[in-house]
Amino acid sequence: MRNLGIARACVVASALLIAPAPLRAQTPDAQAMRQEIEQLRKELDALQKQYGDRLSALETKLDAVQAPPQQADAKPPAPGPQEQQPTAPVPPGAEGAGGPGGALPVYGGASAGSKVFNPDMAVIGNFLGAAGHNTVNPAPALAMPETEASFQAIVDPYARADFFLSFGEEGVDLEEGFITFPAIPGGLLVRVGKMRAAFGKVNTLHNHVIPWSDRPIVIDNLLNGDEGISDAGFSVARLVPNPWFFLEATGQVFRGDSGDLFHSSERSDLSYVAHLRGYHDLTENTNIDLGTSYSFGHNPSGIVDDVDLGRFTTQLYGVDATLRWRPLQRSIYRSFVGRSELIWSRREQPELQQGAFGYYISGDYQFARRWFGGVRYDRSSHADDDTAHDSGQSLLLTYWPSEFSQVRGQYRRTKYAVGDTANEFLFQFQFSIGAHGAHPF
Amino acid sequence: MKFRLSKTWLALVAIALAAPVAHAQDKLTVVTTTEDLAAIAREVGGDRITAESIARGYQDPHFVEAKPSFILKLQKADVLVAVGRELEIGWLPPLIQQSRNAKVQVGGAGYIDASQQARILEIPQGQITRAMGDVHPLGNPHYWLDPENGKAIAKEISDKLAQLRPNDRSFFEQRLNDFTSRLTEAGKRWASMMAPYKGTKVVTYHRSFPNFAERFGLDVIGYVEPRPGIPPSPQHTLDLINEMKRQNVKVVMVEPYFDLKTPNAIGRATGAEILVVPPSVGGVKEVADYFKLFDYDINLLIGALKKVGTQAQ
Repeated sequence: MRNLGIARACVVASALLIAPAPLRAQTPDAQAMRQEIEQLRKELDALQKQYGDRLSALETKLDAVQAPPQQADAKPPAPGPQEQQPTAPVPPGAEGAGGPGGALPVYGGASAGSKVFNPDMAVIGNFLGAAGHNTVNPAPALAMPETEASFQAIVDPYARADFFLSFGEEGVDLEEGFITFPAIPGGLLVRVGKMRAAFGKVNTLHNHVIPWSDRPIVIDNLLNGDEGISDAGFSVARLVPNPWFFLEATGQVFRGDSGDLFHSSERSDLSYVAHLRGYHDLTENTNIDLGTSYSFGHNPSGIVDDVDLGRFTTQLYGVDATLRWRPLQRSIYRSFVGRSELIWSRREQPELQQGAFGYYISGDYQFARRWFGGVRYDRSSHADDDTAHDSGQSLLLTYWPSEFSQVRGQYRRTKYAVGDTANEFLFQFQFSIGAHGAHPF
Repeated sequence: MKFRLSKTWLALVAIALAAPVAHAQDKLTVVTTTEDLAAIAREVGGDRITAESIARGYQDPHFVEAKPSFILKLQKADVLVAVGRELEIGWLPPLIQQSRNAKVQVGGAGYIDASQQARILEIPQGQITRAMGDVHPLGNPHYWLDPENGKAIAKEISDKLAQLRPNDRSFFEQRLNDFTSRLTEAGKRWASMMAPYKGTKVVTYHRSFPNFAERFGLDVIGYVEPRPGIPPSPQHTLDLINEMKRQNVKVVMVEPYFDLKTPNAIGRATGAEILVVPPSVGGVKEVADYFKLFDYDINLLIGALKKVGTQAQ
């Protein structure tokens, strides 16, 4: 800026030197001289203006550099994610899927230092206690069966990643770990990694978000219990355009290993999951969510001495329905969720194909800001024996001291196909620290 | 007959499918997280945009459900305007992620964090923990309740609209100027209406009104919530009643989505007026736009202050 000032002064000075000379020369051609002077004046003005403009432009730039950094608005419009790379949002504030702000200066300030690219981290503790009588499937009196650690962040302008590690009493397991590409052309949502499969509702949920202390009997008997269908693979979901309601189709391919449910003996023994979900707002306060699911994979019942002689398969069919009510203006005080899942299992095995069926139906009513009451009815046959039926009833009471902790009591009566009827009281403490991304609806 | 019927059906389906597409080409589709932002977007965008809010004005904006129907709205959006400052942290990220729309991803061409140029209050200093309740580490997100911040939001939106529709730049700029000058005029009027009550002490339920209080000279001395997002406890309510009596506080401002039981008990104990003050456009039926929000709130407040006879000392 100083150089410009000097340059401007020089131009003005030289112009002044040039200007008087023709004035002193009193020639008869005064007319022409005057014109020349006029011409010079104009040139000088133009020059001054030019320098003035450049100076103010530089000052503006300087202001912009000194002022607090602004949102990416000054950039030309970027039609696709490819062009946003230079100003990609910084992930630290990016809770859940995409995060707030998106402004590098806000989250990437000097104060944040090297932590700026750390993912959102959270740890969720899940403490379970059980009292009462159960001879068939007794849970420990006191246990910390699972502690979940989550790490979530935006990877780059094209993807985000979510990791959920499960620390149990027997070791550490990768519960889920996947990359999501949220804006792939064609309206696809693509996920690659290890994930819980999109079979029904409960299978997609982590333990800390299910509305009970346990999973329903049908999930234990037909869908591999707590672990569920959870495997390495990829998932493609697409919205099916229609003018009436939300419709999403999901297709997933997995390696084919999910506990006792699916077992892959050969590389080609993949398992598959297909899910169709429809959602509609009945009113502002009430909505309905319906889904159908299908899954196919090889089961381990034909394995003899580590060789899969039987090559038996299992097919699963599922239907789920969720009805939610939450009055918007009183949304933090009252709500109701009614849900049900029906699952059919067609399992080939050495003796005879088994056609098991099971379901649960439950209702949860929020009667105060921090209080929820619930009921659940369960019934299911066994995947490997469709003549053996278990059934159960539960009553639940849940209290939320805050959004980040939860205390739950559950009375459960279970009538097993074989063995004594169990009467138990389960209690659960859950607590979460750190930044845990919001869960999908 | 059968053939004709099926042809009619086909035509109907074709129209239904084509309609949204044709619509989207005409106008920019703006989706906002709150009704305040939608109201400001309408002021700036006029008939060149359609603006729709995800949350309703009478709903607690912290606790909106991420319903799949909102995914459909975001899928078709050209612009997404968010309040920011982590107000929507509990529900907007999964919606954005599932929208399959590159434009509205954070940092995308159509994404606006409306707080970027606004005056943000209560930015926590030093160590913060959840023992302080549901604090917003990036400052209080209820900043739209200051008309000056309304101008800043409008500028953000106008700039983005002009960027996306360069041919309409002058249209948006002219509407922005018009909105800004009307807001300046109205701001003077509101300020003069509130001037006699400068320094009046009030209590609010949640920390929704710091910008409003700062702009119009109110002194918020306490909150019905012991900490942000934590429901009132008996001990805190008792302490608050005593403090209100000590400082002679005669007005409690409550957002429309909170339960009135505790505020009413406080009112009975202190003689204070309990006012349901909408912090957002659409909070009550009468508040249909950004101007009416201040008109309504200020008139409500002045009516109550006259009634209790509390004036600045």
